[in-house]
Order: sequence, then structure tokens, then C-alpha cells
Amino acid sequence: MVRLLNIEFIKLWNNRASKILILAYFILLTSIALIAAIKFDIGPVKFHLAEQGIFNFPYIWHFNTFITAIFKLFLAIVIVSMMANEYSNKTIKQNLIDGLSKKEFILSKFLTVISFAAISTVFVFVVSMILGLVYSDYNELSIIFSDLEFLLAFFVKLVGFFSFCLFLGIFVKRSAFALGFLILWQIFEGFVRGMIRWKLLDGTDTDRVMAFFPLNAMFNLIDEPFSRLSAVQNVASQIGEKIELDYAVHWYEILIVLVWTAIFIYLSYALLKKRDL
Amino acid sequence: MSTILTVNNLTKKFGYLTAVNNLSFTIEKGNVYGILGPNGSGKSTTLGIILNVVNKTSGNFSWFGGQTSTHEALKKVGAIIERPNFYPYMSAVKNLRLVCKIKEVPVDKIQEKLELVGLWERKDSKFKTYSLGMKQRLAIASALLNDPEILILDEPTNGLDPAGIHQIREIIKKIAAQGTTILLASHLLDEVEKVCTHVVILRKGEKLYAGPVDSMLASHGFFELRSNNLSQLEELLSNHASFGKIEKYNSTLTAYLKEEMASEELNQFLFNKGIVLGHLVKRKESLEEQFLELTKNK
Repeated sequence: MVRLLNIEFIKLWNNRASKILILAYFILLTSIALIAAIKFDIGPVKFHLAEQGIFNFPYIWHFNTFITAIFKLFLAIVIVSMMANEYSNKTIKQNLIDGLSKKEFILSKFLTVISFAAISTVFVFVVSMILGLVYSDYNELSIIFSDLEFLLAFFVKLVGFFSFCLFLGIFVKRSAFALGFLILWQIFEGFVRGMIRWKLLDGTDTDRVMAFFPLNAMFNLIDEPFSRLSAVQNVASQIGEKIELDYAVHWYEILIVLVWTAIFIYLSYALLKKRDL
Repeated sequence: MSTILTVNNLTKKFGYLTAVNNLSFTIEKGNVYGILGPNGSGKSTTLGIILNVVNKTSGNFSWFGGQTSTHEALKKVGAIIERPNFYPYMSAVKNLRLVCKIKEVPVDKIQEKLELVGLWERKDSKFKTYSLGMKQRLAIASALLNDPEILILDEPTNGLDPAGIHQIREIIKKIAAQGTTILLASHLLDEVEKVCTHVVILRKGEKLYAGPVDSMLASHGFFELRSNNLSQLEELLSNHASFGKIEKYNSTLTAYLKEEMASEELNQFLFNKGIVLGHLVKRKESLEEQFLELTKNK
């Protein structure tokens, strides 16, 4: 396993474009701390975002995992191109001739995906922990370590998304087209949602059906955290609305994404096995 | 002698096209094999199948007596297919280190192999800056990293300039001299003739011949003869039981033997009949002539 990761690391780290994207990604993850610096001070209006409670434990786990998940697109490019480049350089052929089995080949890519997700999760954990310790109003241990399931959801979300990218890389064989396909798929899911809502079902049932589509399932893992902010809640109650959303991470949401991950990895393997190179 | 590769009734179909048809042959240790055939005769497909990158339709093959899985066996094989494939953004040394990782061999052979192919001075240049000849030589170095039991080369001189072709051939000869088994696919016959001891000849995916180069045709060779009295010579030979076809080209007669005959014997015979030869050469058909003969007849 270490050997496979090592092989993949050599391939990625010597590629300048990949290296820059990976570095940029982790710098961006860290830069979420900069949100703390957002401060307006215009005469009577004083606004300091860090004091609005977004860095309070345990809310910070929810907020940071939601925001940082947006940056995953950077790694998606890296993953799609690391797969598609093997085809365009024909190095996949050489790897197999040199004695890598097809299973090992897919496994080395999948292990890389897992590593990316794991390192990202650790990163987000550390950054959030520091931010929280600095700005949070509550510092009891029991509060700090509650709601950690958001980190698990974050990890699963990244693994699922990257596996999808991996599969697209193998399926389409060209990085630009694979990324295009990803966008196309996003539009397709939106289109299906629209059609179901319009012709077939009501809002809740549509959501239930859509929860089984891969990108939607990944999005569902971590619900948007904004309406949970006390400031937003206050505004809502002032205009007589009460926002009641289910923010929790559900086991079945995680299961759906894990099943998709398994499907993508298996399909990648099946495709590689079936194709003549 | 131990068997390195056994291929049994291998067939590959691309849709309606049968690229390899019921092919069987074996590769024994220590010989230098050539796979010959015109373009599109299934050479590369056959190599692709035994190298795990093309799926077979039916039949089977086994490496080293079939005790190991194909990908494990390939770690003991060195192979170059069509054009060299490396990571363009990595230097020669880094590419070879990666190959060592895949083949699970130590990295200390890299210098030796790069020196063998004359690339040690350029070891830190990126692969994409290499000329085609250098890329091909790097591919050979890479294939040799594990000191393979067998070296497989598919059209190694394709697209190279004469100097490049010469370099590659010298390297191949050097490797063959060390006793490494070699399997060389090519449509360049003189290339195969110069290095190979055994040949497999393919046409349209079918095997026409497999065996030693010498016994490819059941031929006893031919004489090239010249004399002042050409017409009498031709008449004498056509009545002689040992000769088959006789061809006349300019002032030279080419007489094909039907049975073994030494040149001394023929010389004596003609001299006794009163014919003095100005030119007498006994030759075997070149591989090219034999190859054309074989692919034409069937």
C-alpha cells in the first residue's frame, strides 16, 4: 500500500501544475481563518464577522466543513488530470507492462483520493480548532468535541466527490472533457429535479428522490449552515418566520455517498479491465 | 532449456476483424526470436495480449510455466511497445526511479543502464526534451532495469534516423551477447536476420512459420553461374535431375537446387562436360526472399 501511494506521489509531485494546485488548495483551506479578519467599522455600524458567532463551538464544525468543501474543486482538477494524463501520455500502458496489475493501478489512485480527503479533514480540524479556541464563546471540552460528525461527513463527501472525478477521468480520458462532463452532470441533476418537481411529485418527495443522485447526495451531507446563525434566526423571528431545518448528518446520507463511491471505483476498475489499451 | 512463454490457440477479434487467429508458439530461454509480418499482421496485438494491455478473445498464454500471475511475471520481463511512454515532465532518472518502484527492484542499476544506452550525461533532462532516438534508448534502459529474463521489443527502430537505428541495433546486439532472451517484432527483415536465431512469421493474424531461421524453407539454396557458353550451360542444367527452376537474368543463370549439392561437385560435373565457369556462387535465400516466398504462397 505504501508502495502504491509512493508511486502516485512521485507522479503527482513532479508535475508542476498538480503541485501548484495542491498547494493552492491547502493554502485556501488555511485562509478560511482570514474570515475572522472581516471587520466593518463605518461610524455607527460596527461589524466584526468573527463576533457574530460563526466561530462558536460546535457551530464552527458545521460552518467550516461547509465552506471549505467548496475548495474541493481544486483537487478535483488534480484528480481528473492525474487520471486522464495517464491515458494521454500512454503511461498507463507502460505501467501495466512494467508489472503493475490493473487492480493495483486503480487502488493506487483510490488510495490517493483517500489520502487527499483525509489530509483535508485533518487540516480543517486543526484550522477550526485554532479559530474556535481563539474566538469561541464556549470553551468547555464537551462542547468543543460535540457535533464532530460534520468532519466525518466532510471526509465522506470528499472521498465520494473525488471518486466521481476519478471515474470521469478514466471514462472520458481527457481532463478538459471530463471536467466538462462533471458540469454537465450537475446540470443534468438540476434538470431532473426540475422535471420531477414539475410533473411528478411535491417538494419533499422530490428531495427524497434526488437524495439518491450522486452530486445531490454529496451536497446533502452537510446542509447549509447560514440559517443556523443566531443573527439570521433573529431577523427571521422579527418578521414572524421560524426557520426549522434539520441540520444533522444522517447515517443514510453517508451510506448513499459510500455506495456511490463503491460504484464509481468498481466501474473504473471494470472499465479499465474491459478496455484494450 | 526452460520455457519462458507458452502461447496456445490465442485469438483476438476486434469486431469483425480477426487480428490474431489461433496462434500458438513457445519461447525458450537463451534464443533470440523475431516476430515477422507485414503491417497489420497482428504482431503488436499478440505482444499486447501477452503484456496484459490487450484482452484476448480466446486461447491462453502462460509465463514461466504458469506459476505466477501475469503482472508478477511482467516484473521479470522488459518490454518496449511501439513508442516510448514516459512522464514528459519528469527527468530520465526520476522516470526510471518510478519504474523501479513499480517493478519492485532497487534503484542502484539506474546509472549502469543509462550508461549502457549512452544517456547518463542527460539523466537530469526532462523526458519531453529528448529526441525520438533518445526516448527509444531510455525505453530500452527502462526495460533492462530489472535484468529481465526476456526483453520484448516492438519495432524498436521505427521512425529513427540511420544513426539512431544503428545505435539501437548495437545495443540489441550487446544485450543478445549477454545471453538475454529477446523477442523482436519487426517488419524490417534485415534487422531480424542480423540478430535472430528463431522466427515466427505472421500474416493476417495467422502463423505461417515458427522455428529456426535456417530451416524456414525446405530449400537447398541456389547457384549463380556465369559462363561464355550460356545456352549450353542452361540446357545441361535443365536436364540435370538435381535442379528445378532455372532463371536467366542478363548473363547470369540462377539455378535452384531440388536436393543438396556441393559447389565442387557441380564445378567438376560442368568441367567434365566441357564448360568452364567464369562465376560460381552458392547461396541460400535471404530472409527477405524466404519471407516473400512464404507470404506469397499461402
